[in-house]
Amino acid sequence: MSNIKPRVKVPSTAKPGEAIVIKTLISHPMESGQRKGKDGKPIPRKIINKFVATYNGEEVFSADLLPAIAANPYIEFSLKLNESGTLKFVWTDDDGSTFDLENKIKVA
Amino acid sequence: MEMTRRDLFALAAGLAAVGLISLPADASEEAVKAAVEKFAGGMPKSGGVEIVAPEIAENGNTVPIEVAAAGATSILVLAAGNPNPGVATFHFSKMSAESRGATRIRLAKTQEVVAVAKMADGSTTMSRREVKVTIGGCGG
Repeated sequence: MSNIKPRVKVPSTAKPGEAIVIKTLISHPMESGQRKGKDGKPIPRKIINKFVATYNGEEVFSADLLPAIAANPYIEFSLKLNESGTLKFVWTDDDGSTFDLENKIKVA
Repeated sequence: MEMTRRDLFALAAGLAAVGLISLPADASEEAVKAAVEKFAGGMPKSGGVEIVAPEIAENGNTVPIEVAAAGATSILVLAAGNPNPGVATFHFSKMSAESRGATRIRLAKTQEVVAVAKMADGSTTMSRREVKVTIGGCGG
């Protein structure tokens, strides 16, 4: 689907060791596989099953997601950083496709 | 034995506590237990995981929840009354400011949300919190 669009809210600057909150959202139907279509057949499951955040290439947070996550999965977590770098987010769909975003954070 | 008023109150409180602990098991309690044991490698001790969730969720299709446990490396979230209890697992790192994660989940009906935290030393703790759901998510 072409309307899958990730969005994140990340501070552009942070103090070393300061707790910062990262908010992420991706527009995705998260089809659970439990619903039935008009023809009475179950709609096949299609969800984002994995979310990974890396900072300068190192994994800092990840989440395994199951169909009980609401549509347009929202994930919030916190980090404390000691050096400037790039925070990268990757969402993985059941069909293997991935969606990603990068944000630079200046730590000073 | 002489029964004072104070003793009576203590006894009543004790009985109430026992009643709370032995809440009736849900239909998918077995599945929850299996998921907990798979994650924790045994039955975790209870308490110690903070679950922030609304007491009453009007729409079960999107219920905001937040789980936290100091020092946890990962937290498993389960919905005990859903057709499949699994919800999500959060994995933290040494760069996490706090072992805390928030998301929005689907709840099919009024039920308990279960969170199991795994600590760095491998020990596990589990908490439960009931969420009342007015309109269930899932299905439709």
